[in-house]
Amino acid sequence: MNIPPAYVLALSGILFAMGVLGVMIRRNAIVIFMSIELMLNSANLVLIGAARAMAPAVEALRGHVFVFFVIAVAAAEVAVGLALIVAIFRTKGTIDVDEVSSLRG
Amino acid sequence: MLWSEAAQAEGLFLYAPWIVVLPVIGLILNLLFGRRMGERFVSIVACSAVASAFVIAVLQFLALQGHPEGATVHVADWITIGTLSAPWALKIDTLSATMMLMVTGVSTLIHIYAVGYMHEDVRFQGDPGRYTRFFVFFNLFVAAMMILVTADNYLMMFVGWEGVGLCSYLLIGFWYEKGEGGIGNALAGKKAFITNRIGDFGFLIAMFLIFGTAGSLQFDQVFHWVEGHGLASAGVVTAITLFLLLGATGKSAQLPLYVWLPDAMAGPTPVSALIHAATMVTAGIYMIARSGPLFEAAAFSSELAALIGAATALFAASIAVGQYDIKRVLAYSTISQLGFMMAAVGLGAYVAGMFHLVTHAFFKALLFLSAGSVIQGVEHGHHHAAHGEEEGEHFDPNDMRNMGGLRTRMKVTFWVYLTGALALAGIPPLAGFFSKDEILADASAESTAVYILLAVAALFTAFYMGRQILMVFFGKARSDAAAHARENPPVMTVPLIVLAGLSIVGGALNLPGVHTLTHWLEHTIHVHASEFNLQVALLSVIFALLAILAAWQLYGRKPLAKGQPDPLRRILGPIFVGMENKWWVDELYGFLFIQPYVRLAHFLAEVIDWRFWHDWFHDSVLGRAFKIFTHWLAGPFDLQVIDAIANGLGTLTQGASARLRVLQTGYVRNYALAVLVGGLLALSYFIFG
Amino acid sequence: MTLDLLLFLGLALIAVLAAAGMLASRDAVYSALFLVLNFLTVAMLYLLLNAAFIAMVQVTVYAGAIMVLFLFVIMLLGTGREVIGGPQRWQPALAVLLVAALAGEILFILLGPAAQMGTEMLAAGPQFGSPASVGRVLFSEYLVPFEVISILLLVAMVGAIVITRVQRRSQS
Repeated sequence: MNIPPAYVLALSGILFAMGVLGVMIRRNAIVIFMSIELMLNSANLVLIGAARAMAPAVEALRGHVFVFFVIAVAAAEVAVGLALIVAIFRTKGTIDVDEVSSLRG
Repeated sequence: MLWSEAAQAEGLFLYAPWIVVLPVIGLILNLLFGRRMGERFVSIVACSAVASAFVIAVLQFLALQGHPEGATVHVADWITIGTLSAPWALKIDTLSATMMLMVTGVSTLIHIYAVGYMHEDVRFQGDPGRYTRFFVFFNLFVAAMMILVTADNYLMMFVGWEGVGLCSYLLIGFWYEKGEGGIGNALAGKKAFITNRIGDFGFLIAMFLIFGTAGSLQFDQVFHWVEGHGLASAGVVTAITLFLLLGATGKSAQLPLYVWLPDAMAGPTPVSALIHAATMVTAGIYMIARSGPLFEAAAFSSELAALIGAATALFAASIAVGQYDIKRVLAYSTISQLGFMMAAVGLGAYVAGMFHLVTHAFFKALLFLSAGSVIQGVEHGHHHAAHGEEEGEHFDPNDMRNMGGLRTRMKVTFWVYLTGALALAGIPPLAGFFSKDEILADASAESTAVYILLAVAALFTAFYMGRQILMVFFGKARSDAAAHARENPPVMTVPLIVLAGLSIVGGALNLPGVHTLTHWLEHTIHVHASEFNLQVALLSVIFALLAILAAWQLYGRKPLAKGQPDPLRRILGPIFVGMENKWWVDELYGFLFIQPYVRLAHFLAEVIDWRFWHDWFHDSVLGRAFKIFTHWLAGPFDLQVIDAIANGLGTLTQGASARLRVLQTGYVRNYALAVLVGGLLALSYFIFG
Repeated sequence: MTLDLLLFLGLALIAVLAAAGMLASRDAVYSALFLVLNFLTVAMLYLLLNAAFIAMVQVTVYAGAIMVLFLFVIMLLGTGREVIGGPQRWQPALAVLLVAALAGEILFILLGPAAQMGTEMLAAGPQFGSPASVGRVLFSEYLVPFEVISILLLVAMVGAIVITRVQRRSQS
């Protein structure tokens, strides 16, 4: 499968930019979280692309291992983050981030 | 045989530091334990300390037999700064050995005498603590004198010089609560100290000059320098020697600084004997003898010294003729004899001066101790007899007019006193004849003026000693106290006998022709053997006998009766009044120096210090300035400046925070935006920067 | 245009469109579903890139577990539709501007340094990206991080439970 590495990078960049946009624009906390997942995913894509580009060297598999870790960490982070959102919903009654602005100076 | 055994001179010389250390050990033991252990302990410790110092002196003498050039024993490094090096080193040579032997020997005898004398003092005054104090000071004196005599350099000599001055002060004012008005003795001590200080000032200046020009204070190096540069720097050498002379006039009681010595008779008699007759006052003479090379290079100073000595000799002798206090006569006699010694060393006759120094120590100590014995005997008589009838509280046991006829009641004292008086008068073959005659012979050869002054002084000396003997021991007792006087115990009379013996045979030290002392001293100083001048000798003997005859005529033929005025008053009239009143020298000094000084001090204290500085300046100027300043600080400064700064900071902070608070919107999205902006900037730095 | 390239471009297009859909939908459930589609597409891209094991992990964990968790929470919280407007109205405009700048910078990198990368990829062996080979590397070189990750997951679990615990006492 011969895919130019530049294309993978470009795709990843586009997905990353869209994730950033999501964090900025959306007001639903959960959707913001999902945009963050999108960003992590784009990073994974770069790692896999780089690993493929270094094949058949045995170090190339390091990229896969790294992605494995990223996915595991993402899972943990999602668990805790969603728990937080649930806790905030219980307290504030809303998950609109614009509503939880009581820390304003 | 003994001398050859002592030939390990290096070994014996090394014992020299003990001559200082042993008296110090004695005084420390007495200081710590004396009061508790009592009179016996104190006396044994003190006398042993000095006696063992004498033994050390003898050892040094023996060592010098084998090595007459002497040795320097280095004890400790005291001062070493830059080029100045003043170690504590002992210079053992024939000159210092002479002094060591004389001082420790006479000191031992006087210590033994003092055991008896101060015991009587305890009986009369009733305070045993004084006994300890006396012997502590006495031992301290011996230690300081030893430091002075064995010094290797001018600075160490000055340490000893000051030390003996201190001990003199302490011992003169020993009975500090007695004397005129309750402070007379203390004032006498103060006078001694201050007058000595003026001399010490001279000594110090001389030391500074010596160090400045010769670059060292050690005798050997200084004298070596004088040999090389003496002619070239004649002015400086003259200045040095003049200041040294000032020091010597202070310590050795010459004109004009002799006034302390008569007042110093307020101290106990052993003190007068030891310090003010035999040892401390001779320190000045010793110092000049030691500095011989310096004085030889400065003819003016030497001549001045000789003239001062001769003038002092005559002046003091004239005063002695008119005194009634038995110790005062001897005090002025001491000043006079010191004048003889000063004249001798001024003329360059160092041997003659040292010879007279040693013999004078013998017979003057003898005379003082005997006078003490007389005084003590009279006091005994006063206590046993009068009990307040005729004499009462104001009875003066020192006054010769209250004595008389003591020849029969105090036999031993009479004979030793007579021996001493004849020695002092210069009757052969007693010691005083040989030593005084050598000085007169040298004076006649060198300077007629000095010779004449000294000869007349010798005449007076014989006269007043005759007067004294006749008034005290002959005739009838003029008071009940004298009538009941009794002899003193052997502890006091035995040292007197020993000293009398020394006064008799002391002339053997330097008999004309044999010149033992001259040969002994020539290893250390420049000497010239003086020839025996028969003419001078005969003349002096004749004068002495004539003087004694005159005294007998006046006081012996018709002994003085109670209340009768002195016969000399009729003969000499106003001159006698002058003699009686010490030629009003103290009054003159008071008028010229002391009154103005006291007035100046009062002025400075009252007007300047209190009225000006304290009252006006302090209260008005400083006080008001301070008030104005503090008001300004509290008011305008504190409120307007400090508070403005403090409040201003607060306002500034509030304003800044109010403006910055806007950033804290509370919206998470804004924060995310900020993060993105930061990330973009970082990224652009990595790409473009 | 080889088959690989065509396949890649097609999948890429779907991924981007799914992402756009996630951003645009008003309903949170729609957003979640669009994201699932995105993940699946990316998993296929992994397959294209010889990362078989990772592709499976992606599907299982990411699309299967994480997104399911998201959907659970969305259902639980029962969110309504998002209201447009409200405070911070200028935020979206500014965000678009900044993201455009970001995209510009990424493009710059692509056209600059990235252009020096070759277009050819070497052939990877059949075992490349297989579970066996990945496992070999994982359990030898990266054993310690592996253990640490497991502790991390434990901590996350405990944390989630603690955070969402109902405080009975304080409510009464």
